[in-house]
Parts: sequence; structure tokens; C-alpha cells
Amino acid sequence: MLETARVIQIILNGTAVGCIYGLVALGFVLIYKTTETVNFAQGDLMMLGGFLAFTLIAKVGLDYWLGFLLTIVFMAAFGYLLDALVLRRVIGQPQFAVFMLTLGLGFIFRAAAGIVWGYDAVSFPTPFTGRVLDFGGIVVSANNLSILVGTVGLCAVLYLFFSRTRLGVAMQASSQNQLAAYYMGIPVRTVFSLTWAISAAVAAAAGVLLAPVALVDVNMGFLGFKAFAAAVLGGFGSIPGALIGGVVVGIVEQVAGYSLPAGFRDVTANAVLLGVLVLRPQGILSQTMRKKV
Amino acid sequence: MTDVLLSVQAIETFYGPIQALHGASIEVRPGQIVTVLGANGAGKTTILKTISGVMDPRRGGILFEGRPIARMSPDRVMRLGICHAPEGREVFPFLTVRENLMMGAFTRRDTAAIRSDLEAVFGYFPVLQERERQRAGQLSGGQQQMLAIGRALMGAPKLLLLDEPSLGLSPLLVTQIFGIIRRINEERGTAILLVEQNAHIALQTAHFGYVMEVGRVVIADRCEALAAREDIRAFYLGHGPGASGSVRRPRRRR
Repeated sequence: MLETARVIQIILNGTAVGCIYGLVALGFVLIYKTTETVNFAQGDLMMLGGFLAFTLIAKVGLDYWLGFLLTIVFMAAFGYLLDALVLRRVIGQPQFAVFMLTLGLGFIFRAAAGIVWGYDAVSFPTPFTGRVLDFGGIVVSANNLSILVGTVGLCAVLYLFFSRTRLGVAMQASSQNQLAAYYMGIPVRTVFSLTWAISAAVAAAAGVLLAPVALVDVNMGFLGFKAFAAAVLGGFGSIPGALIGGVVVGIVEQVAGYSLPAGFRDVTANAVLLGVLVLRPQGILSQTMRKKV
Repeated sequence: MTDVLLSVQAIETFYGPIQALHGASIEVRPGQIVTVLGANGAGKTTILKTISGVMDPRRGGILFEGRPIARMSPDRVMRLGICHAPEGREVFPFLTVRENLMMGAFTRRDTAAIRSDLEAVFGYFPVLQERERQRAGQLSGGQQQMLAIGRALMGAPKLLLLDEPSLGLSPLLVTQIFGIIRRINEERGTAILLVEQNAHIALQTAHFGYVMEVGRVVIADRCEALAAREDIRAFYLGHGPGASGSVRRPRRRR
């Protein structure tokens, strides 16, 4: 029999990991909605963010917050250039070419990270490391709490950006009707690059938040596959759906890790995905686009 | 200075290997409503797309206020004062009516003028004000058409391009929308290039008309003169002997 405190504990841990999945999934969805390509290097952008923060905080010795901020800025610039210099060249090519390109970029990022940072797992000090908070028997590590707060904060910032700023609304507009966006004088190509910048920045933030919990290593980007499941789960096109999908995957995984034999944990994300695809193929939350003739 | 606002000069535009325009030329003067008539596939929409910069002509030129604009990017053409309400409305379905309208003013920075233009659009289309906070995808077809025209007006156009504003609308709505199109022209002095299949209402609304057949302009005349022509009446207005064969379909003059 599981006691309540234990259950809450598991759910909290699952939610924290799920937030990371959700953030990476959010990157998938943003890029897919705007440019109709799936970026399979999304998880590797997270890995690069983690390593960059390691360099800035542990090697250069910057303050955690400053390092965090700089990581996001650098990775946003990296994402922007990635689209402007690389992805833009395959616009109009078959989907398969874009798929291979992003997959290949993932390989390049992993190899480059291995050369630059080595293949050992690294970590860096954070203000939260080793601290726990006790809420009447329910113990929450400050690391997990920072993930939750960070995710909520990031989502709030993104929400305000997309709904309140002229550029944010223009980005939404470009994803809903590209042709009309051109007619409005919206620079659609720049919008594409900005979408990549935001996705890379969000992935980097996920990497920095995850680092104290899971350490940074070259292969941490494979977490992207679970995040991909989360994105599909949420309807692949819905931003709240991506976050919910992430949290669902995270919690199910924790519960499975606790109550099922070893080895089941890592397949649960895909098992849940399979279940949702059978029962509700459009995903948990989905916007259906009505295309008019 | 020239008294021609827009001059399209013998443009040839292709969809891949398929030639859609075979040297079409039209002119719009300041304050004028010009209509382009023709059957499906005559190249009417392609002319508008080529003017907007969404498509590039392979040959020929386009002058706007004396400045060459062919092969310019759509956002630069738009900044010069050519705003396009495209065929099939093309609203942003998940943005609110207000957000859609504000996107029309995306390239502008003159806040006060934008606000007064928004008031003006709400004046022409009161229903848009009522639905200000609704998503554009939830509007009816007629309301979406009004939104598409309003959104184009928010760009403060010197030349407004309207592509099939009557498409899929009830006769009552068509009359209403064309009444407003005429008011926009009279009250704001905006020149309008109107592409229409509904020749009847287009000839009533516009000052000057062109008739296109498979990528060429075959007739150009004032609208009263066009409406009086036997072949136009037969083929575009549905009067007269039409199918009997006594009147020939308009052909290109050589």
C-alpha cells in the first residue's frame, strides 16, 4: 500500500522531469507550427545549452543567474543563425530532406560537444544544489522546485510575448496563414528564424534547469525522443498540449519506475503515446485548422 | 510626375512551366476603381499576385507612382502603399478580429493614425466592432470578407487590391460590400483594382474595366461602354443571344 506522502512525492518528481519534457516538446511544437518542419535536433540543442552553462558557470566562474541568462541569449542567437544559414536552404525541398537535415544536425552537435567538452558527465553548482524543502512530510528538493518555477515563469513570459506584443502576434499570424502574413508585410523569413531562436532558447533553459538533477552529458539530447512523444501526446500543434503531454509522460514514468519491474520505465513514454494515439488520435489538446478552398 | 498610379506593362508570369499571363497590361489612375473581368483561369488573380510581389513576372515591368516594383518582395510593395485583400479572404483564423486588423497595420508606426483608421474600418463594417474579440475563424463568410477588406485598409493603402470580394456570398451581402467598396473609394480617394467574376456588380461599381481571356487583355474600356457591348452582355452579363453563336467571344485584337 502506498502512503499518500509517497504518492505526492512521486507525482512531484514526475512533474519536475515532465516540465523538462514539456519545454523541449514546446520547442518541437513552435518550430512545427511556424515552419511545418520537425526539428529532431531539439534535444541536442538542450544538451548544448547544458554544456554552455557548464562552461560559463563552472569554468569561467560566472554567477549562476548571469550564466543562465547568457546561455539563453547565446543559444537564441545560435538557433536564429541555424535557421538563417542552414534550414533556409532546404525550404521547398521534400519533408524527407528536412528530416534528414535536422537528424544530421543532431549527430553533428553530439560529436562537436564530445570534442569540445568530452564524454564525461559534468555538473555545475547552482544556488539550489543540495537544499531540500519540507512541506509537512513531503520533501521537495530545491532543484525540482526550481524546474517547476522556471517552467511556469518561462511559459508566462512566452504567453505574454505571443499574446501581447506586436511581434508575437505577427509570429502567430505567420504560422496560421503564411500567404496572408506576406500580404501584411510581415517579414516571414525573419519570423521563421526568430521561432528557431525561441525554440533553442527554451531548450537551453531546459538544459540548464535539468543539469543539477540529471548531469550534462553528450547523450542527454536523447531525452528529446520522450519529449517528442509528449509533443505528439499533446496534439503536436498545441503549446499547452505540449506542456501537459510532458507532465503526463513525466508522472507516468515515475510511477512506472516505482511500481513496475526495472526496465519498464523507459518504455512507458511510448506506451502512453501508443495508448493516446489509439484512443484519441488528434492528441489531448488540438486545434483543427479549417482550410478553405 | 505622371497621372498614372499603377502601370502594369506586358507582364508574363509562369506557374512553373505553365504560362499564366501572356503579356498583360493594365493601368490604374489615382482615385479610380478599375476592374478586371474574365472567366476562371484567365489570369486575373495572377495579375494581383504579381503586383503584390508574391509572384515574380518573367518578363515585363510594373510601375507604381513611376517606380519599378516588379520582383520586389511583398513586404516592400506593401510598405509603398499597395494592400491586398486576397481571394478566399485568408484571415488569420485563431487571431481575434481586432488582432487581424492590427496585423494589417503591421508595417506602420504612426499610432494615432492607426487608431483613426481602425475607427474608420469599424465605421464601414460595424459588425467587426461587435465581434472585435472573437476569433476570425468563427465569423461567417461575409464577415470574413469584410475583415479581409478592413485588414487591407489598415495598411493605409494608396492602391487597394481586391480579389473576388463577392466569392461565395449571398446577393444581398454582395450589394452591401460593393456599396462599401464604392464609399471607401469616394470618401478616402483610395484607388482600387478589383478582380471579379461577378461582372454585373463589378461594372456597376468600377469606372474602367479590362476583360481578360487566357492570360491576355482582350478589351479595355470605360465600364458604361463595356456594359453596353453586345459580346460582354452575352458572355459576362448573361443577356442576349449568347449561346446561339451569332456573337463571338471576345478575342485579342492584333
